[in-house]
Amino acid sequence: MDAIVVSNLSKTFGKGELRRVALRDISLTLAAGTMTALIGPDGAGKTTLLRLLAGILTADAGQVCVLGHTLPQQALALQSRIGYMPQRFGLYEDLTVEENLELFASLHNMPAATRESRYAELLTMTALGPFRKRQAGQLSGGMKQKLGLACTLIHPPELLLLDEASVGVDPISRRELWSIIHRQVVSEKVTVLLSTAYMDEAERCDHVLLLHEGEILAQGSPAELASRFAGHAFRLRAAAASLRHLQAQLAQLPAVVDAAIQGDGLRIVMQKAEAPVLEGELAALGTPEVIPSRLEDAFVGLLFSRGPRSRAPLSPHAQAADADEVMVEVKDLYRYFGSFAAVKDVSFSVRRGEIFGLLGANGAGKSTTFRMLCGLLPASSGSLCIAKVDLRKATAAGRAKIGYVSQKFSLYGALSVQQNLSFFASAYGLASERRKLRIAWALEELELKRYATMNAGSLPLGYKQRLALACALMHEPSILFLDEPTSGVDPLARREFWARVNSLAESGTTCLVTTHFMEEAEYCDRLVLMSLGEVLAQGTPAEIKERVRRPDLPTPSMEDAFIALIEEHEQSSRRAS
Amino acid sequence: MKWVRLKALMRKEVLEIIRDPSSIAIAFVLPVFLLLIFGYGVSLDARRIAIAEVVDHPTQLTASFLAELERSPWFRPRRYLSRAEAEQAIMRGDVDAMLWLRSDFTRLTLSSGAAPIQLAVNGVNANQARIIENYINGTWLLWLQQEATGQGVHLAAPVVADVRVWFNPALRSRDYLIPGLIAIIMTLIGALLTALVVAREWERGTMEGIMVTPVSKVEILLGKLVPYFVMGMGGVTLSTLMAVFLFGVPLRGSLLLLLGTTALFLLTALGMGLVISVLTRNQFVAAMVAIVTTFLPAFILSGFLFDIRSMPPIIRVLTHIVAARYYVTILQSLFLAGDVWPVILPNSLGMAILCTFFLSIALLLFRKRLD
Repeated sequence: MDAIVVSNLSKTFGKGELRRVALRDISLTLAAGTMTALIGPDGAGKTTLLRLLAGILTADAGQVCVLGHTLPQQALALQSRIGYMPQRFGLYEDLTVEENLELFASLHNMPAATRESRYAELLTMTALGPFRKRQAGQLSGGMKQKLGLACTLIHPPELLLLDEASVGVDPISRRELWSIIHRQVVSEKVTVLLSTAYMDEAERCDHVLLLHEGEILAQGSPAELASRFAGHAFRLRAAAASLRHLQAQLAQLPAVVDAAIQGDGLRIVMQKAEAPVLEGELAALGTPEVIPSRLEDAFVGLLFSRGPRSRAPLSPHAQAADADEVMVEVKDLYRYFGSFAAVKDVSFSVRRGEIFGLLGANGAGKSTTFRMLCGLLPASSGSLCIAKVDLRKATAAGRAKIGYVSQKFSLYGALSVQQNLSFFASAYGLASERRKLRIAWALEELELKRYATMNAGSLPLGYKQRLALACALMHEPSILFLDEPTSGVDPLARREFWARVNSLAESGTTCLVTTHFMEEAEYCDRLVLMSLGEVLAQGTPAEIKERVRRPDLPTPSMEDAFIALIEEHEQSSRRAS
Repeated sequence: MKWVRLKALMRKEVLEIIRDPSSIAIAFVLPVFLLLIFGYGVSLDARRIAIAEVVDHPTQLTASFLAELERSPWFRPRRYLSRAEAEQAIMRGDVDAMLWLRSDFTRLTLSSGAAPIQLAVNGVNANQARIIENYINGTWLLWLQQEATGQGVHLAAPVVADVRVWFNPALRSRDYLIPGLIAIIMTLIGALLTALVVAREWERGTMEGIMVTPVSKVEILLGKLVPYFVMGMGGVTLSTLMAVFLFGVPLRGSLLLLLGTTALFLLTALGMGLVISVLTRNQFVAAMVAIVTTFLPAFILSGFLFDIRSMPPIIRVLTHIVAARYYVTILQSLFLAGDVWPVILPNSLGMAILCTFFLSIALLLFRKRLD
C-alpha cells in the first residue's frame, strides 16, 4: 500500500519580483512501512514538501494524498494519524518534560488508560526518565531534540515526517535519535519521511529522494544511487602535514567533482569514471586507487552536473609570516555559573595559521570557552591571551584582532547584503577608502554580487553563512572564530565553506572552529575534545583516532573516536560522583 | 471541539503564566505600579497654590480676609509690600497669582459688599489658572457670609452662589481617575498580553508543532482566551480592591454589574489582541501594534484624561470604535454614581458590538496553516 501519493505538485511563494518557486511539478509515491530520506541543497524545497504533506501548507496545483486522505480538505483527519517534527521543534520551555508529553497526548485525544504506559515507554527510549520533572528549557540541545521526537511519537503516528531532526546535535545524541527513529520503522511499522543534511543518515534509509530547485533530481535506494558513480571515487595517500594544501590543488582540477580529506589521505570524486591525471606535486603521491562509491558521491556528482558551483578559494590577504608564533594561549581556564563549573581547567595553545577544532557534546563547554576567547564573557580564573594581548586586561584591544562567526550568523535581516557589509566595516572602524576596498573584496571573493541588494534575512542559508564570514573578515582579523558555522548547511555549501577557511589558514589567519560534523574535524590541524567542561583529548585528528584503535576497530573514524572517548569519560565521572 | 484538548491547552497556558515572570509582571505588577502613580502622584487638583498678597491699606477687615485665605488648604499666601514686587514674583514663578486689596477695600466692603479685589493669575497653565480663579471666588464669598453673620450685618453681596458638587463632592480627581485607569489596565492585560503570547508561540516555533496535531482553530483560540480572561478578571479585582480600600474611591454601583461589564470589555480587548496576533507573528511588531491601536487610544480617546466632548468632531466620531470609551464611562458611573441604567445600557451595547466584531474577525482570519 502507498502511504504518500503526490502528483504534479507545485508551490510558489511571494508575488511579483519576490516570486519564488519552491516546488515544481513533483510526483512521487512512497510505500507504507518504508523509510525515505529527502536530501538536497538549501532551498531545494525539502521543508515545503514536508509541510505540504503535513497539511499546514496548501499547494498551488497538483494532488496530495497522504494515508488515504486528500489534502488540504481532510487535513484535520490526517493530522491525528501523523507525527511531524519541524526543523525548530518548539517545545514549551517553561513546561517540564512530563507536561510537554501530556500536552501532546491530550491534543491527540489519547485515552487516559494508555497514557502512562506510553510515557514510560517513550521516556525509557529517549533516556529522559530521570529528567521527567525538569523544565524543557533547561535540557541540553540533544535532550530537547529527543523530547521533541517523543512528543511527535506520542499517539503513536502511522506516518512520521521529520525535518532535519538531528541538526545541531552532537554525534552521541544523533545516534540515540537515529536508533529511536529506526525502531519505529522496524517494530512499529511506521512510514518515515525525513529530510537530512547528513549523508550517513540518508544511506541508512530504504529510499532516497534528491531534491534540487524544487524538482526531483534523482531517486532510488542509496546503493542504487551510489552505484551510478561506481568507478568515480579514488583514494590518494599523502602525508598528514600537506593534506590541506593538496586538497586545495586537487579541487582546482577541471575533471574533479570533489576532493576531501579523509584519514591519512584524500578522497577524490571524478566527473567521469576515469582516474585523475596528476601533475607536479600531486604526481609524486603515486597512483590513485579506485574505491567503492557512496551516496555522498552521487549527491555531489549529480548536483555538479547541474552546474558546477564555485570552488575558488579566497585570494590570500597579507599576513606577517611567522608560522610558529602563538596566537591563542589558554591556561588553566575556569568558568563558573553559580556553583556549576561550565569550564574546568582548560589549557591549549594555537599557532599562527592553524585550524584548531573544539569538539564536544552539547553542553560540553565549547561555546562558553569560545565566548571567553572572544572577550564576551569574563573568565572566573586562568589566563587568556589573544595575539599576545591579555584578554583579562585589554578586552577591546583583543577584539580588534578577532573575527567571529556565530552559530546564528548575527546578521541584520532587514539590511541588504551591501548594507550589512558596510555596517560591519564601519563597526570595525575602517576608513572610507579601505572600507570600499574590503566591501568590493567581499562581494567579489565570496560571490555575493548577485545578492548585493537582497535583504540578508531572505538569503538562502548557504549565502547567509558566506555573508557572515565576509562580515567577520572585514577588518582582516588575524584570528577567526567559527561557532558551528556549518550547522544545517548542505554538503556542497559545507565543502565551499571549508575551501575558504583552508585558504584563509594557508595565508596565515588562525582559525578556531566548533562543529558537530565529525568529518569536518579532519580539516583541523589539531583539536581538543571536551566533555562536561573538561578537555578529554588533545592532538591531531590522527592522534585522537589512534587512542581508540582496537583489534575489533582497526580504522576508527573521527565519529567512533568521539563517541568512545566521551562515553568513557561520562561513565567514569558518573562513577566518581 | 474536544474538552480534553481545550483543557490541555488552557493548562499549558496557565503553567506558562505561572513560570514566566514577564506575563505576571504585565498583568499584576504593572497595574499596581500604574495605580500607585496615578493614585498618589498624578492629580488634577490644585493644592497649596503660592499666592502673593498686596494690601494697600491694612485694616482689621483685610486681616480677617487674609486669615481666611491662610486657613484654606488651597493657598499658601505670601506677603509683598508693593504690586511691583508681587509682579516680579509672578515673573520669577515664585507665586502663581497675585491678590491685590486696594485702599478702598474696607470702605466698599462695609458699604456695599461689592469691594473690588484684583486677582492676577499666571495663565501659562490654563487649567490651573481657572481653578485658582474659582477657589479665590469661593473663598471670598465664604468669607463675606461669615463676616455678615458674625457682625449681624446684612451685606449686599451681589450673587451668592450655593455650589453643590454631585457624585464627587470632595472634588478629588483621584476618584475620577482611578476608575478610568482600571479600563487602561484591562486593555493592557487583554490586548497586549494576548497579542504577545500568540506571537511568542510563532517565534519559538511552538505554533508549528501545535498546528499539525488534530486540534481545531476554535480550540486554539479558546485556549488563549479563557486563561487570559480569568487573569484579566483577577486584575480588575485587584485594582478594585486597591481603589476602594487604599485610595478610598467610593463604589456606589453593584459589584455584579461591575463584573458583568468588565467581562464584556475584557472579551473585546482579548478579541483585539487575537486579531493583532493573527496578523503579526513577531513579538516586537505585535507589541508596537497593540500599543498604538489599543493602549494609546484607550489612554487618550476614552475620556479617561481628556473630555471627549471637547475633541474635534472627527476625533469624536473616532472614539466610538475605542472600546475603552464605553468602559470608562460605565466605570465612572458605577464607582461615583451608582447603577445608572441609561448610562450603562447604551455603553454596554457599544462594547457588545465591538466584542462580536473583533472575535469574529479573529476566528475568520486565524488559519491552521503557515501560508
